[in-house]
Amino acid sequence: MSTISRDEVARVAGLARIDLTSDELDRLAGELDVIVDAVARVGEVATPDVPATSHPLPMTNVFREDVPEPSLVVDEILAAAPAAEGGRFVVPQILEED
Amino acid sequence: MSATDLTRLTAADLAGRLAAGEVSSVEATQAHLDRIAAVDGAVHAFLHVDAEGALATARDVDARRAAGEDLHALAGVPIAVKDIVVTRGLPTTAGSRILEGWLPPYDATITTRLREAGLPILGKTNMDEFAMGSSTEHSAFGNTHNPWDLDRIPGGSGGGSAAAVAAYEAPLAIGTDTGGSIRQPGAVTGTVGVKPTYGGVSRYGLIALASSLDQAGPVTRTVLDSALLHEVIGGHDPRDSTSIPEPLPALVDAARRGASGDLTGVRVGVVTELGGEGYQAGVRARFEESLELLRGAGAEIVEVSCPHFTYALGAYYLILPSEASSNLAKFDGMRFGLRVEPTDGPATAERVMAATRGAGFGDEVKRRIILGTYALSAGYYDAYYGSAQKVRTLIQRDFAAAFAQADVLVSPTAPTTAFRLGEKLDDPLAMYLNDVATIPANLAGVPGMSVPNGLSDDGLPVGLQILAPAKADDRLYRVGAALETLLEKTWGAPLLSRAPELETA
Repeated sequence: MSTISRDEVARVAGLARIDLTSDELDRLAGELDVIVDAVARVGEVATPDVPATSHPLPMTNVFREDVPEPSLVVDEILAAAPAAEGGRFVVPQILEED
Repeated sequence: MSATDLTRLTAADLAGRLAAGEVSSVEATQAHLDRIAAVDGAVHAFLHVDAEGALATARDVDARRAAGEDLHALAGVPIAVKDIVVTRGLPTTAGSRILEGWLPPYDATITTRLREAGLPILGKTNMDEFAMGSSTEHSAFGNTHNPWDLDRIPGGSGGGSAAAVAAYEAPLAIGTDTGGSIRQPGAVTGTVGVKPTYGGVSRYGLIALASSLDQAGPVTRTVLDSALLHEVIGGHDPRDSTSIPEPLPALVDAARRGASGDLTGVRVGVVTELGGEGYQAGVRARFEESLELLRGAGAEIVEVSCPHFTYALGAYYLILPSEASSNLAKFDGMRFGLRVEPTDGPATAERVMAATRGAGFGDEVKRRIILGTYALSAGYYDAYYGSAQKVRTLIQRDFAAAFAQADVLVSPTAPTTAFRLGEKLDDPLAMYLNDVATIPANLAGVPGMSVPNGLSDDGLPVGLQILAPAKADDRLYRVGAALETLLEKTWGAPLLSRAPELETA
């Protein structure tokens, strides 16, 4: 049913924000093809009359009382961050320069 | 009593001796730390050992006991925790380079409950990266070795927890099971593992793999020990919106009742689709023998068919990667864990994220994230993810029909015994087949247990899986304890006593 090309893997890896090496692209294209062929069998029984299930036990929205609870300790969180300054995360530039 | 002996006790037995004042928690904890020092070089069940923290908890429990305080039944009994459960101030990596060196700023609810009950945490156990795998070979930090044969896999993803318990490095451990990661390691290491009903144990503070499938549970050497631990960690947690807002059934009582070995009137269903072709001959033989024992104990054995189980593996490998690709999007190099800048071009947030994930994730994680992203992408969603969700409905219906005919269902836990390290590493699909019998329970949310039920022709342990309806986890413990009693009567000793003694360093 499927044929996942190397280009398709590269496109999806871009969507998933994962840099892949050329070797990884080659290998994944072959592997994913085999896996997707195997899992595509689900289509045989997934007829229109069968409803979808997203969650094992049906539950409706769960709320808690609107009362303040202690937050995590800011210093501990920032100590575990790649970069922090003045009580905030330091992140790379968000927009490309033109 | 010598230090070696303390590590051979069941948790229930050790707890009794602690309560009676025959041994202290410091002695018991030190004995396990010594055992870890002696054998973990060869087994590599632990990624991090916290001797200081464990002994501090032990000393505190001993002091409180001396002061006459009313303590939890398992207070002072040490435990190992899978490295996917966050522990404040204790390194937590989920087996991934991307979290190497991360110190969580909070405790999972499981961790909080263990601390409140006074269980010293010995350390964090090895696992497949983000719990993706069936052999623990996908850990970024080296293989764990099966104590029965160090050249073989301990199962996965929770191979570290199962090996720790099997090697007497800990009497108790915590695992998590998304498609079999507690039960399959239990089967291949000759230990007991329980995946509770979905929502039965809080997921707050578990590093999520697939949120609609993940469930934490006990890893132990006996059924009673699993029941005792399950009662510590289970029950409603307001911090997990999928937590069941009801008390747990009486699990320890069920295990004690089952230990009588009487199963009169219990209907045991054998699932046609979870056996036969593809299952090793020795695995099938032990299964048939166990059925005879159950029948002899008064159980009524019925054959049930769950025709859609043959589609479970396919549905699982669409749903799991889809959910994982979403859950793992948080590893973006911004707030925690690794950050890697691209080697050339502008270091924008988007490019840093891609470089970080390219460097920080292992092969299996990349494979599944890309598979999940593909299954969720425009044009494929209905055919893949949408169809998988429909199969999930069909599997739930199969379970409902089966449980109308039987109180519990049984099958072999895994199709084979432990295979050699490296044997299936280059064939993802062959690796995925290890979980063919355990996956349906996760898709339907029902509880499951693996109980050791003998050795295969190759001398390696085999497990029997018991499944019960949602919220009827007590049935697992009754039937599991009965089978354990009956089997040990025929063996004359627990199965683990037949494992080779490990060389001590």
